[in-house]
Amino acid sequence: MRILYFAWLRERIGKSSEELEPPPGVDTPRALIAWLRTQGPGYAKAFSDEKPVRCAIDQEFQPLDAPLGRPKEIGFFPPVTGG
Amino acid sequence: MRLVAVQEQDFDAGALLGRLSGAGTGGLASFIGIVRQAPDGGLKALCLEHYPGMTEKALERLADEAEARWALTGCIIIHRVGRLEPGQNIVFTAAASAHRGNALAATAYLIDQLKTRAPFWKAEEMQDGTTSWVDAREADDTTAAAWNTPASPENLP
Repeated sequence: MRILYFAWLRERIGKSSEELEPPPGVDTPRALIAWLRTQGPGYAKAFSDEKPVRCAIDQEFQPLDAPLGRPKEIGFFPPVTGG
Repeated sequence: MRLVAVQEQDFDAGALLGRLSGAGTGGLASFIGIVRQAPDGGLKALCLEHYPGMTEKALERLADEAEARWALTGCIIIHRVGRLEPGQNIVFTAAASAHRGNALAATAYLIDQLKTRAPFWKAEEMQDGTTSWVDAREADDTTAAAWNTPASPENLP
């Protein structure tokens, strides 16, 4: 699946998107975060605290405990600050 | 008439309002958000990032909701991205209706909802060379949620 990062998550991870296949059993965004945290120091730093992390599955806002399914893309980002 | 756009370039509010004016329209309301200088004059620029694709869908949905809730003859949402200095335009919402109440309420709804339901992020570039991401404000969530309560102005007089 395509994983996208925005704002300070993008800065800490050092990339805006990537294609990754998480292992079986990763069935929620929260579980995906736990797996991403093991992928390197940038990920560990970006996801050290889940509280300010929000996500969208296939471009729809979803809670971190939503079923992941088999999305085309998932985005991780801090709370939005537009307007 | 509906126009939703995410763009780097500035917008011409007068020209946009002209596009909303038409047969059946009795009132036009609009809101312009402007990059505000910090009280100490320390802000150099805001850098705005968004989630291409998702943002446009989110803004179209807000326009759908406003049109479903109030009898509008048109609405516009434009949000700028990229680097914007204090005094520059950042966002524009407008609504047209037969009567002023619907136009005013829909305009406020669009900007209140946009702040919490569209994927934009702001970073502040300061005069001292530091840059930091802006934190979300709880008050914005409260304001957006207030539209779901029975007390909200469905139809202003």
